[in-house]
Amino acid sequence: MNTTILLLLFAPLVGFLINTCFGKSLGKTISGVLGTTAIVVSFLCAICLFSQINANGKSFTFHLADWFSIGNIKINFSFLFDQLSVLWLLFVTGIGSLIHLYSISYMHEDENMHKFFSYLNLFVFFMIALVAGSNLLIMFIGWEGVGLCSYLLIGFWYKNQDYNDAAKKAFIMNRIGDLGFLIGIFILGFHFQTLEFLEIKALLGKDVITPSLLAIAALCLFIGACGKSAQLPLATWLPDAMAGPTPVSALIHAATMVTAGIFMITRMNFLFDLTPEIQNVIAIVGAITAIVAASIGLVQNDIKKVLAYSTVSQLGLMFLALGLGAYEVAVFHVITHAFFKACLFLGSGSVIHALHGEQDMRNMGGLRKVMPITFWTMMISTLAISGIFPFSGFWSKDEILMTAFHSNIPLWVVGSIASIMTAFYMFRLMYLTFFNDFRGTEEQKHHLHESPALITIPLVILATLAAIGGAISLPGHSWLNHYLAPLFAHKSHEAHTLGTTEYTLMAVATIGALLGIAIAYSKYLKKKEIPIADSEVQGLHKVLSSKYYLDEIYMVTIVKPIYMISSFAKKYVEKFISKAVIGIGGATYALSIKGKKIQNGNIGVYLFAFIFGMVGFLVYVFIIRDVK
Amino acid sequence: MLEIVFYILSAVTLGTAFLTVFSKNAIHSAIYLVICFFSLAGHYLLFNAQFLAIVHIIVYAGAIMVLLLFTLMLMNLDKEDESSKPLYAKLAAVFSAGILGLVLIAALRKAQPENIEYVNSGIDYQSIKVLGNVLLNEYQVPFEFASVLLLVSMIGAVLISKKEEKI
Amino acid sequence: MNILEHVGIGNYITLSALLFCIGAFGLLYRRNAIIMFMSIEIMLNAVNLLLVAFSSYHEDPSGQVFVFFTMAVAAAEVAVGLAILVSVFRNIGNIDIDNLKNLKG
Repeated sequence: MNTTILLLLFAPLVGFLINTCFGKSLGKTISGVLGTTAIVVSFLCAICLFSQINANGKSFTFHLADWFSIGNIKINFSFLFDQLSVLWLLFVTGIGSLIHLYSISYMHEDENMHKFFSYLNLFVFFMIALVAGSNLLIMFIGWEGVGLCSYLLIGFWYKNQDYNDAAKKAFIMNRIGDLGFLIGIFILGFHFQTLEFLEIKALLGKDVITPSLLAIAALCLFIGACGKSAQLPLATWLPDAMAGPTPVSALIHAATMVTAGIFMITRMNFLFDLTPEIQNVIAIVGAITAIVAASIGLVQNDIKKVLAYSTVSQLGLMFLALGLGAYEVAVFHVITHAFFKACLFLGSGSVIHALHGEQDMRNMGGLRKVMPITFWTMMISTLAISGIFPFSGFWSKDEILMTAFHSNIPLWVVGSIASIMTAFYMFRLMYLTFFNDFRGTEEQKHHLHESPALITIPLVILATLAAIGGAISLPGHSWLNHYLAPLFAHKSHEAHTLGTTEYTLMAVATIGALLGIAIAYSKYLKKKEIPIADSEVQGLHKVLSSKYYLDEIYMVTIVKPIYMISSFAKKYVEKFISKAVIGIGGATYALSIKGKKIQNGNIGVYLFAFIFGMVGFLVYVFIIRDVK
Repeated sequence: MLEIVFYILSAVTLGTAFLTVFSKNAIHSAIYLVICFFSLAGHYLLFNAQFLAIVHIIVYAGAIMVLLLFTLMLMNLDKEDESSKPLYAKLAAVFSAGILGLVLIAALRKAQPENIEYVNSGIDYQSIKVLGNVLLNEYQVPFEFASVLLLVSMIGAVLISKKEEKI
Repeated sequence: MNILEHVGIGNYITLSALLFCIGAFGLLYRRNAIIMFMSIEIMLNAVNLLLVAFSSYHEDPSGQVFVFFTMAVAAAEVAVGLAILVSVFRNIGNIDIDNLKNLKG
């Protein structure tokens, strides 16, 4: 058992170290295979742990080493393996290994391929630490680590300054969220004198803590989740993060890192259950993010940006579920979303690869006949994300909407509109990319071909999972809810027994999705419309495609004042400080020049000094000291 | 009677010392210094330290002063001093020497002596026999080092004052 | 028949102090290096006198032994000092110490 856990934890780290130190000399293929093997090993260990926990339902803590203790607080390197963390580990390492496999082929022409794999391995290591940590501090280490790896990977093609700026933006926005997270940790640690999850859970059961303090802690933790999972107002980094290579977008910004916020809130569900007003805030923020991001995604022309806004929107739906207290539903949607979003991103990577770097959908088209595997896998995933029966997205999205309907009707409306928009723009993507005639250059047309096996195999696997993944939580017979039941306080309902309301809601959702698909069909397939060039957009279209001017607002209200402060500091404060420091040196120098005059080389003066010194000494020793 | 001898000897000592410092002619200073040394030897005789008195005359008046006189004659310094120090330096010299003397006398006169009463026990503490005993038993190491010191200073003096050979 | 019974130690202290003071005065007052050497000798001798006086006071021969060593050191010092002075004289031509100012700070 111990070896399994140690392998799980450290195989990615070993992969990182070997690839960093020896990657260049190992050659591209070997470093890629090495990186993939490390994650596959972790995946196998995760399967072992999962089967064990599934069998006997008991969670356990693994103590690696002591760390430090301050006063009463004792913090160790220990890991908690319960139902939630093992489930997360499964899909993180599983999808991670598929993406590593994909990257061996995708990044093959890049000269820094070994660096890519070492960063990916490091990322998986930190993600495992985040998920498996048994106290808030280990989780925070993983939190920071995945933020760091996200920065490294977004700016992987560092020669382009725009990509570096995007990486900086991602890191800084993450940091703002991390500040909230830290403050939440401080409040909890100070009050409970411990940071272990199980101990806080026990203490919250009997402790009487002022509700306002608890609410502040919960709000701060939620701010951290906003930063990591790209909710408004910290959402603008995710679309810019598409500057990184496509496997990075698939792994980090679709399936794993951005789900860390949801994981953290699910982990601390006992805390959030006690603060209903913060849960309200979470639900509202999630719903608003969902609809705003979906509306922006309607008019995007870059294939990856569409998927990015779709990710933000789906994350908003997950937060909506969390805010309504339905943690299992959110976890279900995380899993299904991981499957179909990763498949969509990898598919788009395959398209970009075939077109040698072209990402604008206006220059694509008609790829259906040339790249059948990519087309069919992406189609399955698009049907899943739009919520069409019987794909996985249908079940998870409907759960969310049903929960919203039972708790809070306005939120249900917002969520449904976001889902309709999702169906529309996803099918818009499919029609523009795969149907009608090819709109690119002649040269690209000649080179069109299906991607190699290493790229298509992960696509097929993920599409299969996206198709059948709904089976883990069917209404009336939810394995997932049973599995996660020990973690949550409330009685886990059997995922909505199917009555008339539920059937009606399902029908409404399906009709809405079909409506969205029909609009897209008529616009882009029948009438063969192509989105207009960037310079010709006007009106509402312009507002949407400028992302509601959110970036510009941030620039004016936050970034520019900070620049002004820093340029003021540079002009005046720094000059002043450097003058003061150099002034000290100058003063010492002037003093020493004056002091130099004592040594004038004149022996007579020196003799005087002798005599005076001796007189002084005698006076002190014999007269001053002896005066009784 | 001994007090009178003491006072005469003291007067000679102080007077010749003063004249040593003040006389313009260097040779005269040297002669006055020799007379001062002789008077000091007389002081030592008053203490009944005969050996020390004789050694004092031999070393100081016999060796050191002769050396000084030789150097004076080498440098042809029997003429008058060319220039003297500026006025402020002279005043400062007087002032500081005066202060030094004042402090010394005040400090030493006011100090508490270890045995208040002077006891003349009549034991022999400074005859040559006793001195030789003490010198070669308790103060053996400084004795040897003194010989090393003299050797080193001889070598040093010869080395420093050698005329540079023209290449 | 001991002098200290007749004269008392205080007078010897005064005599020695005055002698030392005259030596110090001569050191500061004159420019001629040889005269300065002589002043140093006066100072050393003042100390010797006091040492012998106290040796007699405590009836301890250690004082006189110390005087021996002082004399040895004084002799060595005069030898080396005069050698240096001769070198200086050869280079400069006079032995006015106010000319020896090259080691300015």
